[in-house]
Amino acid sequence: MPVITYREALRHAMAEELDRDPNVVIMGEEIGQFHGAYKVTEGLLAKYGPKRIVDTPISEAAFIGLGVGASMLGLRPVIELMFFSFYSVAFDQIFNNAANMRYMSGGLVHCPLVIRGPANGGTNVGATHSHTPESIAAYHPGIKVVVPSTPADAKGLLKSAIRDNDPVMFMENTILYGETGEVPDGEHLVPLGLARVIREGTHLSIIGHGRAIQMAVKAAAILEEKHNIRAEVVDLRSIRPLDEETVLASVRKTNRVLLVEEAKPFCSVSAMLACIIQEKAFDHLDAPIRRVTSVDSPAIYSPPLEKIQLPSVDRIRAAALETLK
Amino acid sequence: MSKKPPSTKNAPNYAYDARRATINARLDGGEQLALYRVMVRIRRFEERCLRAYQQGKIGGFLHLYIGQESLAAGCCSVMDRKTDHIITAYRDHGHAIGVGMSMNELMAENFGKYTGCSKGKGGSMHYFDPTRNFWGGHGIVGGQIPLGLGLAYALKYRGIKGACMAFMGDGAVNQGAVHESYNLAALWDLPVVFIIENNGYSMGTSQERSSAGPSLAQRAEGYGMNWDIADNGHDVYEVRDKVDRALRLARDESKPSILEIRTYRYRGHSVADPDSTYREKAEIEEYKRTKDPIMALQNSLVVERVLTDELIKKIDAAARAEAETSALFAEQSPFPTPEDIKKDVYWEVDNPADRKSVGSLFFD
Ligand SMILES: Cc1ncc(C[n+]2csc(CCOP(=O)(O)OP(=O)(O)O)c2C)c(N)n1
Ligand SMILES: [Mg+2]
Repeated sequence: MPVITYREALRHAMAEELDRDPNVVIMGEEIGQFHGAYKVTEGLLAKYGPKRIVDTPISEAAFIGLGVGASMLGLRPVIELMFFSFYSVAFDQIFNNAANMRYMSGGLVHCPLVIRGPANGGTNVGATHSHTPESIAAYHPGIKVVVPSTPADAKGLLKSAIRDNDPVMFMENTILYGETGEVPDGEHLVPLGLARVIREGTHLSIIGHGRAIQMAVKAAAILEEKHNIRAEVVDLRSIRPLDEETVLASVRKTNRVLLVEEAKPFCSVSAMLACIIQEKAFDHLDAPIRRVTSVDSPAIYSPPLEKIQLPSVDRIRAAALETLK
Repeated sequence: MSKKPPSTKNAPNYAYDARRATINARLDGGEQLALYRVMVRIRRFEERCLRAYQQGKIGGFLHLYIGQESLAAGCCSVMDRKTDHIITAYRDHGHAIGVGMSMNELMAENFGKYTGCSKGKGGSMHYFDPTRNFWGGHGIVGGQIPLGLGLAYALKYRGIKGACMAFMGDGAVNQGAVHESYNLAALWDLPVVFIIENNGYSMGTSQERSSAGPSLAQRAEGYGMNWDIADNGHDVYEVRDKVDRALRLARDESKPSILEIRTYRYRGHSVADPDSTYREKAEIEEYKRTKDPIMALQNSLVVERVLTDELIKKIDAAARAEAETSALFAEQSPFPTPEDIKKDVYWEVDNPADRKSVGSLFFD
């Protein structure tokens, strides 16, 4: 299997879907002539031309709203946000229009649209550019939310998202763009809503998504090596739909849970998971559910402090040991 | 400033000599030197920032203002320091120095240090100094414009005869919030000057590829608002004259306006920008050679015998030394502590004696 970067995996997914479906249109700021602020769309303009690869002005509310409208008439827009944080400029278009359209029309209208871009901290770009709005997005029935943490998932999930008939918010990570991994050539689809057990274990379940779950993989290796603890690591991959089955099966197996994510703790994905787990597997818990999240404040700029604010391998390791006490 | 485009646009008015405009004619040698000094200090500061960035001392983004110095220096020089206010986007180093912030607090902010103007919390894009009527440094394109409108609203509400300069780039004019602000400013006669620093590009997108219509400032006509264009933004005198007129209109008649100032940035959009996909090196070199704002002022001050070779060297050396000192200051300053991460989030947490609400504010 070819080893490629997360960035290339996303690009391949878009290229394959552009080839497959003439209604797929890629749109966003600096995605064409400039090759993308993070080079995800590099080369697509040369190959597919300006009808399919569309550079926009800095007008997020307009071009995301345009994506919603165009999707109503049969296009499949894949809209890049240079930083996912800019979604809030288009909040009304996403959460009032895209999310509610199908419902308000009694099922007559649907919006097969993908909004993608990096949603992460860790690069010292400050509070306005470091939002991780998985839970805000997933709060809205009608919206789907996907967060790949590996190159293979980046490709497989993006292809599925583009084919999906509902609006999908697809959250990537600038720090993962350069990470490499094995990715199947050609048709590789990962269904939305299917979690992946990255590592099997028996002592506790570490469950989460995005870059934080990749940190958990590293923490699990240290736990095994230094502490003789076998942690199971579950990557949610998709937040809504959510693979409750895989999560609960892991909890029933290990009886201890550590939830990890990069977002803030209040009303977050891990808060929701903790609720589900106590509702559906209360009798299987041998200890309180623990969480590792970002420190609860806006993202700080100061580089060494931002490191402390965010989850880290060491914080996950320490929290895992606490969970086992 | 008139509602009709003034003669500088449609047919260039060759008689227009900004140096002789009232606001400039009365400048004495000391004041001219002060203008020059500010521009040199901005440039030397930023060159030092660039080095610090390359040395890994500065994280995130660094958007340099090199090439645009005459705008911040000119605009800030005609501000009424007591009653006029200013707000801008992330390319904010020039404005900060223009209003008189010290290089030390700015460089320390870039280094993420506690001694920075925003305690290391905001970084290069988020400088603030309310004591100098400088309301930031803002990272979301166009997001600061409604705030500038609000500053003008507060001035009018409180009966203060001042104005707010709300700066944005040529790319920001396509944000919806900017247009909503134009309308409210005109509808409610708010004392705001929308200043478009048109450097020709928003990241890698030229004005032609991003903006419909004949000019960016002319969009004011749709709102019945006054507008003007400073074609020679590299000429600090022209900037001063045009912004002074707009400010007086705002202060004296509470009328908003849009002022577009043509300028150019020498560096990439940010230091990380490859700057190779959208413009030719020759274009940059041509501007530097013919329109560098510092050289333009330097040349005219030499002709006027306000500047000498010796003085040029002295001012330059002082600016370099000041920038170097700021880097040392930043280097030797402490980082914020982990406890600082959760300060400055809520008023009540920072001022426990004032706390009126009850219940938990943090959840970790
Ligand atoms: C809402 C939003 N969209 C996109 C960006 C990313 N971005 C930052 S600066 C910029 C270009 C802005 O260009 P312009 O307004 O001309 O200002 P300049 O950088 O030339 O000073 C873009 C697209 C952002 N910060 N905020
Ligand atoms: Mg610009």
